[in-house]
Amino acid sequence: MSMSRREFLQILAAASASGFALNSRAALSASSGSGFYDLPPYGNVSLLHFTDCHAQLLPVYYREPSVNIGLGQSLNRAPHLVGEKLLKSFDIRPGTSEAHAFTHLDFAQAARTYGKVGGFAHLATLVKKIRASRPGALLLDGGDTWQGSATALWSNGQDMVDACKLLGVDVMTGHWEFTLGAERVKQVVDNDFNGKVDFVAQNIKTSDFGDPVFPHYIIKHLNGIPVAIIGQAFPYTPIANPRYLIPDWSFGIQDDNLQKVVDEARAKGAQVVVVLSHNGMDVDLKMAGRVSGIDAIMGGHTHDGIPAPAIVRNPGGQTLVTNAGSNGKFLGVLDFDVRDGRVAGFKYRLLPVFSNLIEPDAEMAALIKKVRAPYEARLSEKLAVSEGLLYRRGNFNGTFDQLLLDALMEVKGADAAFSPGFRWGISLLPGEDITVEHLMSQTAITYPYTTLTEMTGATIKDIMEDVCDNLFNPDPYKQQGGDMVRVGGISYTCDLRQGMGRRINNLMLGGKPLDADKKYKVAGWAPVAEGASGEPVWDVVANYLRDKKVISPRKLNLPKLLGAEGNDGIA
Amino acid sequence: MDKLRRLYLKSAGAAGVLLAAAGAGLLKPGEVFAAAWNKLAFSSNNVNDAMKNANYGGAVESKDIILKVPDIAENGAIVPVEATSNIPGTTSMAFFVEKNQYPLVADFELPSGTEPYISTRIKMSQTSNVRVAVRAGGKTYMQSKEVKVTIGGCGG
Repeated sequence: MSMSRREFLQILAAASASGFALNSRAALSASSGSGFYDLPPYGNVSLLHFTDCHAQLLPVYYREPSVNIGLGQSLNRAPHLVGEKLLKSFDIRPGTSEAHAFTHLDFAQAARTYGKVGGFAHLATLVKKIRASRPGALLLDGGDTWQGSATALWSNGQDMVDACKLLGVDVMTGHWEFTLGAERVKQVVDNDFNGKVDFVAQNIKTSDFGDPVFPHYIIKHLNGIPVAIIGQAFPYTPIANPRYLIPDWSFGIQDDNLQKVVDEARAKGAQVVVVLSHNGMDVDLKMAGRVSGIDAIMGGHTHDGIPAPAIVRNPGGQTLVTNAGSNGKFLGVLDFDVRDGRVAGFKYRLLPVFSNLIEPDAEMAALIKKVRAPYEARLSEKLAVSEGLLYRRGNFNGTFDQLLLDALMEVKGADAAFSPGFRWGISLLPGEDITVEHLMSQTAITYPYTTLTEMTGATIKDIMEDVCDNLFNPDPYKQQGGDMVRVGGISYTCDLRQGMGRRINNLMLGGKPLDADKKYKVAGWAPVAEGASGEPVWDVVANYLRDKKVISPRKLNLPKLLGAEGNDGIA
Repeated sequence: MDKLRRLYLKSAGAAGVLLAAAGAGLLKPGEVFAAAWNKLAFSSNNVNDAMKNANYGGAVESKDIILKVPDIAENGAIVPVEATSNIPGTTSMAFFVEKNQYPLVADFELPSGTEPYISTRIKMSQTSNVRVAVRAGGKTYMQSKEVKVTIGGCGG
């Protein structure tokens, strides 16, 4: 950390302590000499990385999790560190802007002080500034870019496609993009992106002959140095999301194929090999130990904003693993010093994008205004006021999910409700209006149907066990990177020491144990099966909010955890 | 080229799959249904019985068998599995799914000179170990790997 940056952080801390909102765009100005975003150039190959922005074109609040449990080999290791444990591990001072960016600590208060994060106009300015000091730097988009907002859904991803082209994205891979359907993705890649953005994925092939669907990698020349960027799309898209949207494509982790692709890129002269990954960080860490010849895996999917790279040893040497958070909140900057045909050194920074500190880029701001214009009236409709903090992220539940569960159970007359463990979805501070735009930020998907299903107690337990194993299976390759299904109306215990089928116990509904043979009415949304139908979840919840007008602080339905002692993934 | 190939096979339907296998040198057309149906092995409920009844009893684990299966199945009804035997003199290979009601899925006899490589799709009812057994030079070998079958949804 440079002296000037330390001084600047002290100013931030002082401003925070005195309760002033920060709004100093001079902090970004290179001429001031004390800019938070002044990164001295290093080396000769620079990669800028954002991931999982979930179509948030405007600045947002986004609360990091207070529960992000790691077990087995992931126990008490990044990314499974929260709150003060994370600060301590990465030597970040409490009460600073960075402490706010990387943790949930004092979230509502700190968010008022430091303001919103991200926004494409702000990100654009930051990208331009970093690029100015790093000629030839590549901008990598890890995916989950065309989904997560009303405007992305209503424009079929077009707003984000245009914004990413203007931002200057060079290489991309994907996940939620595929929920727009295979044809739409191909249309963008073959037309909008043609000659501008390389969409790469080594692990997507046709399910009949195993032919590649996208180029596996691209070699770019940075300051005369050949750099290979290999794509790794989310391996479990056809499982976590509806398979019928991409019926002819097969995914998977495919690390034997990845090794072949790495070897091929090296044979073609690549001096730096980077995997742009949407695996999720635990999968990235395992993959880094199994595949040789990769200089860095720059990852996303699990929304982990990790301040420093993990260095993983493997038979070929070592591989850096970085993960760059979500919702436009961070920009990763990886600088390599390449000498004599190989990486001789590196520096990495994960920069929080504090919107108040960055002058928005005029051209991007104009584009955003233009794409929003047709929808503005609809987006800004106020549905209710929230008295409490609303957020989603966390292993077991979030207040925004609890609100969805409460609405589903009441409107549908259900005994219980399930809501998917998505990790996207912005946060709202106490006292804020809940608008249609906010509601859509939690629900904007292409399969939004609500359902009411009769399930036996045994089926309910089976579903919960199945999803819980996707989170806590000891093998990262058998995890899917989402959080636990949110459960309304049923209390339960979750035993972290147990394996599949034995974690979920003591299920109680209305003060009585759940009867394995009795049928219960369970509301839900986002069914992955083909042919599902039902009123869109945003309509169900919007009606509920209009009716309630004021939303009191939510009471979270959280399981009692067993075997959680000493886990640094719990605040 | 790929599009033509795909169209041709779609129109040929199920026969296309067999043609593809024959084309790849896997099977000679006349041999497809030549082997006698081993009813006892295919109706065994227990993986060890099924292996014994299919004449793979006492198979020892071998690293010379490469078994490629997905970590998580995209669709339990059609799980792609691939096995290569690097054991000299391989004469047959069979797939077993431990937790299926009838664990023996398929038993392939390999005419002399055939590359011992099988790629096929199997049906799995739940998360289970998949085993491939090999007979070579009168001895039996095996390799196994777990495939997870999940209800899906809720990711990301």
